[in-house]
Formats: sequence, structure tokens, C-alpha cells
Amino acid sequence: MIIKCPYCGPRDVIEFIYQGDATRTRPEPASDDRAAWNAYVYDRTNPSGSHSEYWLHSGGCRQHLLVTRDVSTHAISSVVFARDAAVSAKSGELA
Amino acid sequence: MTSSRLSKGGRIDRSKSVRFTFDGKAYSGHPGDTLASALLANGITLFGRSFKYHRPRGVFAAGSDEPNALVTVFTGDVREPNVRTTELEIYDGLVTQSQNRFPSLEHDWMAVNQLAGPLFSAGFYYKTFMGPAIGPLRGTRFWMFCEKFIRRAAGLGKAGTAADPDRYERMNAFCDVLVVGSGPAGLIAAEAAATTGARVIIAEERPVAGGSLLASGELIDGRNPAVWAREKAAALANMPNVRFLTRTSVWGYYDGNVLTAVEHVSDYKPNRTKGQPRQRHWVVRTGRTVLATGAFERPIVFPGNDCPGVMLADAVRRFAIEYGVAAGNNVTLFTNNDSAYDAARALSQAGVNVTAIIDVRSDVSGTCRDIASVAGAELLLAHAVTGTHAGKTLSSITVQHFNAETGRVSGAPREIKTDCLGVSGGWSPAIHLASQAGGKPDWDEDLQAFLPPEPNQNWVTTGSAAGYMDTISVLSDAATKGSAKSRLVLPHVEAPMLDASPAPVFEIEPSIKSQKAFVDFQHDVTADDIRLAYREGFHSVEHLKRYTTLGMATDQGKTSNVPGLAIMADVRGITIPQAGTTRFRPPFTPVSLGAIAGERYGDLRPHRLTPMHDWHLANSARTYEAGLWHRPMIYGSHGETVEQAYTREARAVRQSVGIVDVSTLGKIDIQGPDAAEFLDRIYTNMFSTLPVGKARYGLMLREDGIAFDDGTTWRLAETQFLMTTTTANAGTVMQHLEFFSDCIWPDLRVHLTSVTDVWAGSAISGPKSRAVLEACVIGTKVDNVALPFMGIVHGKIDGIPVMICRLSFSGELAYEVYCGAGFGTKVWEALLAAGNPFDIMPYGLEALGTLRIEKGHVTGAEIDGRTTAHDLHLDWMLSKKKPYIGSAMIGREGLKDENRLSLVGLISMDNQSITGGSHIVTDPVPREPADSFGHVTAACYSPALGKYIALALVKHGTSMIGNRAFATDLLRDKHCPVEIVSHHMFDPEGSRMHG
Repeated sequence: MIIKCPYCGPRDVIEFIYQGDATRTRPEPASDDRAAWNAYVYDRTNPSGSHSEYWLHSGGCRQHLLVTRDVSTHAISSVVFARDAAVSAKSGELA
Repeated sequence: MTSSRLSKGGRIDRSKSVRFTFDGKAYSGHPGDTLASALLANGITLFGRSFKYHRPRGVFAAGSDEPNALVTVFTGDVREPNVRTTELEIYDGLVTQSQNRFPSLEHDWMAVNQLAGPLFSAGFYYKTFMGPAIGPLRGTRFWMFCEKFIRRAAGLGKAGTAADPDRYERMNAFCDVLVVGSGPAGLIAAEAAATTGARVIIAEERPVAGGSLLASGELIDGRNPAVWAREKAAALANMPNVRFLTRTSVWGYYDGNVLTAVEHVSDYKPNRTKGQPRQRHWVVRTGRTVLATGAFERPIVFPGNDCPGVMLADAVRRFAIEYGVAAGNNVTLFTNNDSAYDAARALSQAGVNVTAIIDVRSDVSGTCRDIASVAGAELLLAHAVTGTHAGKTLSSITVQHFNAETGRVSGAPREIKTDCLGVSGGWSPAIHLASQAGGKPDWDEDLQAFLPPEPNQNWVTTGSAAGYMDTISVLSDAATKGSAKSRLVLPHVEAPMLDASPAPVFEIEPSIKSQKAFVDFQHDVTADDIRLAYREGFHSVEHLKRYTTLGMATDQGKTSNVPGLAIMADVRGITIPQAGTTRFRPPFTPVSLGAIAGERYGDLRPHRLTPMHDWHLANSARTYEAGLWHRPMIYGSHGETVEQAYTREARAVRQSVGIVDVSTLGKIDIQGPDAAEFLDRIYTNMFSTLPVGKARYGLMLREDGIAFDDGTTWRLAETQFLMTTTTANAGTVMQHLEFFSDCIWPDLRVHLTSVTDVWAGSAISGPKSRAVLEACVIGTKVDNVALPFMGIVHGKIDGIPVMICRLSFSGELAYEVYCGAGFGTKVWEALLAAGNPFDIMPYGLEALGTLRIEKGHVTGAEIDGRTTAHDLHLDWMLSKKKPYIGSAMIGREGLKDENRLSLVGLISMDNQSITGGSHIVTDPVPREPADSFGHVTAACYSPALGKYIALALVKHGTSMIGNRAFATDLLRDKHCPVEIVSHHMFDPEGSRMHG
């Protein structure tokens, strides 16, 4: 599998560390909603098809990437910096 | 079967001879021969014994699809089993041996297995090794005992035990177009791509290019097609943008158009060139792949079809044309399609006698009839082979009338003398790589074969791999597949009009069965095994495959897959595409582990050494590995045991002063306006309140509330912190921080840098440590006012800038002195010199551990991924003023349960050592199983207490203090009475470190 790192270019998957499901939302830090925290920490769906996930380019720029990958074909449809995605998600919340 | 060398023909060099041995006997062949062709030329037709029944087997195919003729190759003490004789090029001094026979190939005792045939049917192992359910042997290990012998009787070659002395190497390659195969399709596709300027790699598994052209009776531009192929290949290889790899088998197709291949660089040479690897492993990343992998001829299944002398029709042809070998004196052919006629034509042109062609079809074209008559072969239409007669090799076949529509055999059997029967059951495109790439193959009714799936990556198939079975359409397809912009002028092909579409006949099943009909030769799976599997409920192809092991041998069912599916579809009364097919997996052909490993064997871990490593070694340190780091365990002196050494070192620290290398601690530089806020969220305790120039002990949890790591973090400036982590967790903590910085809190302005290797650290501990610093540090005071507990100062030692923090892991007055890594030894030695008047003692990890166990300080042994802050009595570090990672989950019932294990100390009551990992039990007698209510995490002899002590995690820990129990270690045969005490075993008030 080759991941096209937005900073380093196309690189082999051995340079990356899988960092988990990127679809879950972390509850507000002060939240005491136990169910929401349980869902965030433990609950994972196992969809066939498109999935968004975090990958750390540990052997390259050390940026976390938000990768959209079809888990049944391994076809990667988009790779962006996780930081950028998180920033735009936050600004979306505010707006 | 009496095979022999023809007087002419073949691409062998008849002017030279090559000597080799097979089963201890010397033979000779010519350069260009494979072991199979050379043995056939010497009249050898018995090559090995079969997997389960030890039946005599000969060569069946002529290439990588060979299921039977496997040998073990010996090079000195090294043996390589299961090498296909049809691919093994002979060289002077080659030593080979047949397989799965005892005591010899000719006389094999295990051939009695044939008589026990029904015992070894499908699912044999599953049925047998369940063991007897009733009777005297029930529940005994009797069957496991028998299994050893039964398993020995079955199998292929034995793996060697000698170390492989050969060298292998790995190559990464990049190209625009990778062409797999260099038959007519591969050559033209490569040329089409290369002439557009693309970077092209062509991989050919055989020693020469040409594929089907090498044994073709056609003419290309009026010339011998093998010569045309050779010249085309040479012209391509000369192009600067083309790399032509021969003897290179592409064996795997992975995501992202990554393909793997093995190149046989020198293992076919008698004297390997110095410096050349035996094999080279290629990982090719390509923009586009052209799969021109050709097609495999498949057999028709009929009774007695496995004796030496029964071969694929195309193999008989290839031995004659490519190697100048007649596989028999009187060759007969058995077919359901036209391609056997092309073989007949080529064979008779080469001077091989074809006596009869048996065709299941009731009518054939005029071209076919003409070929039969020119070849002088009797044409038996609407007939089928229903049996063979063979001792160790074929002597005659039985043929009977056959109706291809009904599949019924009728009429009187007729015996035809023949020593070689060439069978053609149609052609299966070699879709292995395409299937690996992920698509589901499509069934083609016309070809009665699976065609490659729709591409799901950037690849195409061409030539016979794509279902084009005649050279003219192969060439025109290949030109467009090679490049859409191709303007190649295609050569003129002269070929007879033949139709490779077979009649849908896969098995001849006479009503009376006297002989086994084999489907998978390499795993000895018969047509009846498939029917048995069906009767026993294994209907899906996936179950069929696993239950019968059909197609699971080293040849991965190249010849057996489609006939096996056809038989299953037939018993189920469905079509072959309804039955479906299994997915092919890498490798396409077996790959040696050496080639995959390349030069990556032995200890591959990086070795991390601290800046003072050489000093430690020069001063008789015994080191051990902690993660990747090499760290001093003890500094040995004459004849001391490890325990004596660490006791001496730890005592010196408590009495005067010691020094230890702490450079391995993880160090992360955290900077930015929001660095303090970031740390408040990461750590359970507060860091924003930490003044500049002070350090604080911090604890971090995982999201689920379990303790993760601890360490001190120093505030060097308003916006700059230096975090230290445990040695083992340095990488994981960095990753953890990066994840939260990148993905969760991108709004925090903070930057993280790993600086573990930037700093060298020396910790000096003991009542005299301050005096040591006073003697060597300039530029700062180090007294209790200038440098209080957890304070930080900057100064110089021996001219080197240092940063000193007063903190203690040992419980003594202690300091950590950091300097630039390059000056580590200089500062270390300066500290030693300053400590000389106080008999400063370097100490290793054992003493470090002893000091912390005495104090009850936790490390990774206690922060083990299961314990909470509460379990470790670190509740005081959990801030109630702010949320932090894990704070939301820490209050869960299960994490507050009274039954949880918590940290205590243990003191040995019988003055015997306690071993790490011992379980805590109440039973005074060691027994198994016992109820354990805790375990020992770390143990040592304590010089401060004069006792053997330990830390342990114990159920109801705190309320157990004062009780007695036993630390039991059945593995080391220890059962030690212990008293449970507080984990603060030494100086619980901490007066020494604050002093």
C-alpha cells in the first residue's frame, strides 16, 4: 500500500503507523457523559468500504494524516493533514 | 515409455556436455537443458513418488506448472527441497535426489499405501487425529504418537537444517510499465510502451524470451518464431529505458501496484561469480502493469492418468522443440480441443512419432484431419482414454467410445500401445497475479476457462492471459495494451486455423472404476475425493479446497484447479461459474525465505548506546539490553556475584555518593505559548502553576483511565518545558503527545521535539552528592537555597555548560546533571573526579532498581497497562481542578473496585530471595493450582534493610498490610514466606532527599 503524504509524497506503508479510527469525536474534556466517553474510547464500527482513519508518518515528517481508505480494496481516495482537518472541523462547529 | 534425445533440434548446445547426478548416478546433458529434459534424454521417466500413496510419477508439464517431477538439490550440506525439474537448469556438478521414497525410487516400501487407498481419502487427517472416542485408548496420547509416523509417510522433500551459506540481495525498482512475461504478447506490449519513452521493466521467468513462440510451429515474418523473439528481446534490452530481467518470476501483486519478483542470478551456474548473490529479490513499484503471463494447458481427468508417460500435450511438444527430446517412441494424444493438433504437427516436424489422436469430439475441422493424416496418426473421434497400463512407466492405454454430450463411455475397450500420452483439456489463462490483485475472475463459456477480472488497480492483461489464443490476435491486442498510442507495425504470422475452444469435457468416468483418477497430482487428490467431500457436506469451493487440500500444494493447483471445480460443479448440478473459484495467493511459485530476507537476518535491531557507553565497558560494566538501549547492569569487580555487586553499589549510595548514567530517559522538548496548557491536559496534575526553574513529577493516563507513564517535567522558560519519560515508553509517549497535538487540540500553539539523544544525563545520589557538585560546578550555587528540591540551575562543569535539577529516584539527596551528548563522558569523568574524595561509586541498573524498590517508587513493572493511579497510591497526583486525559474514565466502577490489585511491599521471612513474577498465596504448601491474590513485580536484596524485599500488586493491598502470605514460584521451585508491608519500605518520611 502506498500513502501519498501531502508533505513527503507517495511513500510505502511501512513508513506509517496506524493510529486508529478517525470518525469518532472526543467528548468535551470536562464532559461527564459516561456513555459518550465509552463510545469514544471503546465503540468501533467495522464498516466495509470507505473509512477514515489516522496514520502517523513516523518514518517521515511525523505528521498525523487523515486518510480515507476503502477497507475492502485498500484504495485511498484522500490524504490530508489531520491537523488541517481538525482545524476546519472546529471552525465548522463555531460557524 | 522410452524417452530419448532426438538427432537434432532444441536450443541446447550439443557441442558441450554437462555432468550431473540424480539419485547418486552420473548423467550428462547439454547447456540449455533443464533437469527434466536431460533426464528424459537419458531415458529416465520415473522422477519421484507421490505425496500420499507413493505412486510412481514422471514429469507432467514443462514449466512452472509442474506438479510431479520435484527433486531436492544438494549444495554441500545444504538441501533445497521441491525444486521443479522442469525449471532447474543443469550445470556441471549439480547433485539432485528424488523425493518421498524409501529406500529407493525404484523400490519404495511405502507404496503399500496404495493398497490402503480408502484410508487416505479426503479429510483423512481430520477424521484420524480426533483420536478414539471410545475404547481403552480413549484420552491417551496414542494417536499423537501414531501421527508422527503417518505424517512421515506423507509429504514432499525434507527441509534442510544446515545454515544457508548463500548471499541474497534485495532491490527496489520503479518504472512506468512493468510487463510480466515475454512471450509474443509481452514482447509487443513492452515494445509498444518503450517506444513511447516510458520506463519499462520486463520480467521473464524462463532463461530466454519467447514464451509460446519457443515451441511454436508457426512462422513470423517468414522466420522461426523463436529466432524472431530472441532478436526482438535483444533489441528491447538495448533500449536505455528498458530493463529486461530473465529467470525472474513475479510472484506477488500487492496494493498500490507493488509487485514482488525473484531473479535467479547465479544459482544455475556451476561456479558462481564472486560477489554475485544467488538470488535477487525485487520489489517493483510501477505506474502500470501489463500481465502477459500466458496460459496453462490443463489435463483431462481419467482413470490411471498419473503414471509416468502421461503428460500435457504441450509439454511433449516443448520437450521436442525446445530441448530436442522425444518423450516417447510412440506418442499418442488425447484432447478435447484443437491445440493438440498443433502439437501433433510440431512433433511430427521434429521427428517424433505420433501414432494416434484420441478426441472426445465427434467431429473436427478439415485442418485437424489434414494434420492427423500428414502426421500419420490414427484419428479416433468420439473416443476417450479410460485406463492406462503401466508398471513404472506407461506401456499402453485403453480407449473406448465416448459421447461428449452425455459424458457416457460405451463400447468395447481397445488397447493402444503407447509409451507417452499427451493430454490437452483446454487452456486456462494464468490469472494468478490478477486474482492476487483482488478481482473476481470471469468464466468464459467459449474457452471453458476463467478470464482475468476487471482491473481494480492500474493493470491490464494481454495475450493468452486475456483469453486470446491465436498469435495474430495476441499481437494486435498486446500492441494496444502496451500503449494506447502504439503505432507498431505488427509482423506477419503464418499459422494454421485452429480453435482452442474445448468441448466441455473435464473428466472421463467409466461406470466400472479400476484405477484412481487424479485431479491434483502433487497432493494426491482424486476425482472420487471431491465426490466424497460433497457427500460429507463440503460443497463450497472454499470448503472443498481445505477439506481435500485440492490446489493447496506448492504448485497451487495450476493444472488441477479448473478440473477440480468442474467435477464439484457437476456433482452439485450447477455450472462452474456458479460453483465459483478461490482466490490465488502469493507466491505464484515457491520463493526461498533467503531471497525474501535478503541481507536482513541475524540481529536486526539498532543498538542504542549512551554517550558514556565506552567508559562503562572500560570500567568492567556488565551491560544488558533495556529495549534497544545497552545499559550497565553492575560494575563487576573480582569474583563478586551480581547480588554482591549491586548490594555494594546501593550501599555506597546510601552511605556516601553514587553516580548512574540516565541518558536513556526519554526527553521531549515542548515549546509554545500554549505549552503549559497542553501539559495540564496531558498530565493528571497541574503544570501551568509550575514556576520557571522548577521541575515537577508528573503522571499521565491513557484515555481509558489506566496509568500510562510517569516522569519529571522541567519548566525551562515561560513557554518551554523539558519532559522526561521512562526509557521504555519514550517513543510511545512522543506518539501520544503528537496525536493529541495534531488531531485533538490543533488549536493549541505547541511544538514537540524528541531530544532524547541530544542530552547526556548523569544522576548523582547520596548524602555527599551536594559536596560533589560544590567541588566541580562553577557559575551557580548548589546549596539548598539556590537549588532546593525540584529546583533547576545552569552552570559549568569542566568548562562544559550543564543543567542541574535536584530530584531523586533513590530517595537520597540527588541531582540529575544534563549536558550536550557529545560532552557526556567529559562531564561524567569530571563528576567522578570531584567525587573521588567521597569514594563516589558508579552504579548500574540493578542498584538503581534496589534503591527504588526500597523506596516503593513505581516503574514499568508496576505501570503495566492494567493499574490505575489509585492502585499505585498515586491518587494525590490526580487534580480535581481540571480535566485531563483519562479523567472522565477514571471514576468507573471497575477501576474503583476494592478487589483490585494494589501496590504493597513484601519482606522475606526466611531470609531467602523472592523471585519476580511469584504469585502471592495463603497456602503454606506449594501446590498447583492455587488461588493467587497477587504477584511480585520486582524483588531484590535490600542493603538498607538487610533483608530480601519485593514490591507486589496484591488484592485489597493496603488492608493486607501486616498479614503474612507466601510468594510462590512453581517454575523456579520457590515458596517463600513473606510479610506484607507498606510499599514505602525505607525512609517513608522522605527526610533524606529533602535534607
